[in-house]
Amino acid sequence: MKFIVAFILTALLSYAAGLYFPWWSIAIAAFAVAALLPQKPLAAFSAGFFSLFILWIVLALSIDMNNNHLLSMKISEMLFKSHSHALIISVTGLIGGLVAGFAALAGAYLRKPKTEQN
Amino acid sequence: MRLLPFLVSTAITAGLVYTLNTKIGPAPPLGKFLSPQHGFWQNAEPANESFSQELKFPALKGNANVYFDERLVPHVFAENDEDLYFIQGFLHAKFRLWQMDFQTEAAAGNVSAVIGDKAINYDREQRRLGMVYAAEKALKEVESDPESKMAFDAYSNGVNAYISTLTESSIPIEYKLLDYQPNKWTNLKTALLLKMMAKMLSSGTENDIVNTNAKSLFSMDEFKMIYPQVHDSLEPIVPKGTVFDKPGIVPVAPTTADSIYFGNKDVVKYQEVSKPDINNGSNNWVVSGSKTQSGVPILCNDPHLELSFPSIWYEMQLQTPSSNVYGVSLPGTPYIIIGFNDSIAWGVTNAQRDVKDYYEIKFKDATRKEYWFNNQWTVANQRAETIKVKGGADYLDTVAYTVFGPVMFDESFSNELTNKKSLAVRWTAHDPSNEGRTLYMLNRAKNYDDYAEAIKFFKCPGQNFVFASKAGDIAIWQQGKFPARWNGQGLFVMPGQDSSFMWQGFIPQQENPHSKNPERGFLESANQRPADSTYPYFIPGSYITPRGITITHRLAAMTGITPDDMKKLQYDYFNTFAEDARTILLSYVRENDLDANAKKYVEIMRNWDLYASPNSTGQTVFQTWWDSLEVEIWKDDITRVTPSANWPDEETLMELLKKDSAMVFIDNINTTQKETLFDAVTSAIKKASFDLETEERAGRLTWTKHKDPTIYHLLKTAVMPFARTGIPVGGNGNIVNAVTKSHGPSWRMIVQLTNETESYVVYPGGQSGNPGSKFYDNFVDTWAKGEYYKAWMMKKGEEKNEKVKWILQFKKG
Repeated sequence: MKFIVAFILTALLSYAAGLYFPWWSIAIAAFAVAALLPQKPLAAFSAGFFSLFILWIVLALSIDMNNNHLLSMKISEMLFKSHSHALIISVTGLIGGLVAGFAALAGAYLRKPKTEQN
Repeated sequence: MRLLPFLVSTAITAGLVYTLNTKIGPAPPLGKFLSPQHGFWQNAEPANESFSQELKFPALKGNANVYFDERLVPHVFAENDEDLYFIQGFLHAKFRLWQMDFQTEAAAGNVSAVIGDKAINYDREQRRLGMVYAAEKALKEVESDPESKMAFDAYSNGVNAYISTLTESSIPIEYKLLDYQPNKWTNLKTALLLKMMAKMLSSGTENDIVNTNAKSLFSMDEFKMIYPQVHDSLEPIVPKGTVFDKPGIVPVAPTTADSIYFGNKDVVKYQEVSKPDINNGSNNWVVSGSKTQSGVPILCNDPHLELSFPSIWYEMQLQTPSSNVYGVSLPGTPYIIIGFNDSIAWGVTNAQRDVKDYYEIKFKDATRKEYWFNNQWTVANQRAETIKVKGGADYLDTVAYTVFGPVMFDESFSNELTNKKSLAVRWTAHDPSNEGRTLYMLNRAKNYDDYAEAIKFFKCPGQNFVFASKAGDIAIWQQGKFPARWNGQGLFVMPGQDSSFMWQGFIPQQENPHSKNPERGFLESANQRPADSTYPYFIPGSYITPRGITITHRLAAMTGITPDDMKKLQYDYFNTFAEDARTILLSYVRENDLDANAKKYVEIMRNWDLYASPNSTGQTVFQTWWDSLEVEIWKDDITRVTPSANWPDEETLMELLKKDSAMVFIDNINTTQKETLFDAVTSAIKKASFDLETEERAGRLTWTKHKDPTIYHLLKTAVMPFARTGIPVGGNGNIVNAVTKSHGPSWRMIVQLTNETESYVVYPGGQSGNPGSKFYDNFVDTWAKGEYYKAWMMKKGEEKNEKVKWILQFKKG
């Protein structure tokens, strides 16, 4: 349950922050959610990672479909020498996920007193 | 809290964010670039994007509407000129901001600030050529004319109004790739863009330095033979037989010319970093009503430039209650550059004249603060140049300014070992001028007199302005500010220790080559010499002869001309040059000496129809063979010049061989025997056949596969997915349809001046500069096929027409 709440909260907060602040505000969002919501470190990492992995993939995918893959193909070619919109979308998700995952991990460790460990 | 894991995970997060926010090597900052809310995804324009919007700006004087048609061409309806140019600036920025920003920064020598130290030499050369100095002088002239200042101010305000709406997400993708921000627009940047055009079209048309080196080896007679001023086959712009007035100015060579100028055998070891392509040519022509089916004139123009994404042109219609004009504009400057209004049409080609000379300066010492001029040490103004370098310290340079102009080359600036010469540049682009005034007036011209008056303001780059009016007049003027030179002046680097070699004046404007309503019923220009040798001035340049011949022959033979005939002529692949050149190749090849392979290629060329069409193999064989012949004939002679000289142009070789099949340069001076033309032509096909065989095995024997026509993005090979390669077109620089590897007709326009103007247009690009938009390259296929769009001169009352797809409303407030 906590996982789902953290997942949704991180996604919502990241999306809202992204409207007004630089891209790395996703790290602050994931950190804040993990720091406020008690979770095991690994669970916090997963919630942060998957939250942004999915959020960025969903956002990229919807943009890409409206654009008929026009730009994603060109950028994929440029960065990876591969004519694949699926690849560039996956890498997008992975990067968002990694940043948010580690930020959430840091948040979880900030919150967690030693005694509560189990 | 567990301190250690907390610190470790925080450090990893911070490290990740930092790394992904930093540009590393050629890759953009990945986190920033891939973020769907900030990065490149934001530039992926929805296929069903609406361009309709309502905008409010306090700078506007009234309300205005922009109607976009299905090709995204804006039809701007404003209440006054100020709002008109504000909106033009806004639209240029909305669709082409990065391009205009980058090109003006490049003109000013600020590329290092964007891409780092590899551009320092380029930036230094721009500054040493005095590009900013030239733009500043032009701007002063512009701002002294109230109408021009109004247009420039309004335009800049419009660009900046758009820039102020931008966010990190909405800036063009190139800024994201290179990780920098748009610069604010200024009137100086508009002036810089016009100077960029001046450099593109009038800086590469002189060959003073390589000529000086050629002169160190060849006698003056040999020099005149291999670099002739007038080709025998020339069809000049001004019809042959035109009688010219007695010259208003007769420049006189200094008495020392023979000894210290023509007789000087010194070499100059400088090479420009970025010398413009002399293929920056163009075609334009006009036929009078006597030759057309409709009985009214038809005007055509196709300017040949480096083809690029975003395209150099942006198509639009500009209307106010007092003016209405349609055509292409140049993002970065107001006005329509080539187009038509309700009364007239006009087009331009490059004059190719030499308007830039070098003078050798003698400095007192290495500080270059004083130079010897007219028997005394004279103070040189020092202009300090600070070049910002991305990821490095500023680069400081100082440029000395003399009475001639800036000292472009000196000990501190050259890409080869110098021989300590200092060369100052005298270039007409440095003189105050306001070319925009010509365009403002042409946009509103009603008849021949208005046109003739308008073009007088155009000084540099010299252009051939072709004209037609609904009143039935046709005309052409080669217009520009051209030095009146004594015979041979400025072909070579000149002595700069006194005033004796300076320009003595300029050709009076009314003596510029021109023609109005000639008997033959047509006029044309295609970068050839404007007049034959009876023109009373010495006018060196980098002229291109063959296209003018083809066009003249074609037009002379035509009657009852329709716009469709003109489309065919703009797309014409006939190789006039090969008509004569092939005869030489076939007459002098010893076929018995050839192997089967070479014989096959000779046969292909013999059966060729002389058209450089995309699938022609004859054109590939011909060009490869001819290029190989040039090596046979010139390599031994030209490569003796230190450090380098220009190869004679192909028209010159063809004419020399036609006149004298035993001409002196055929012999290879590096061998003991004496080669004949038979030897050279036969050896040439033997060598060429190896290259041809390689091409054939790779499936590249057809002309289009051989040259692989490509439209690059302005960032060239760094962003190949933004380019279009393998475009299936034929043509060549000497052919009317002048497509080379990456150069060619950048805009094709045909205007029939019927009561209701009928016009057909196309350019190889699209209205949007955004590689993520479907309007980025959507005209390319139409252009490649030689097809056109019918231009829509929208009228008031047609706001509900089905062609209107989107409306951008501008409101005061």
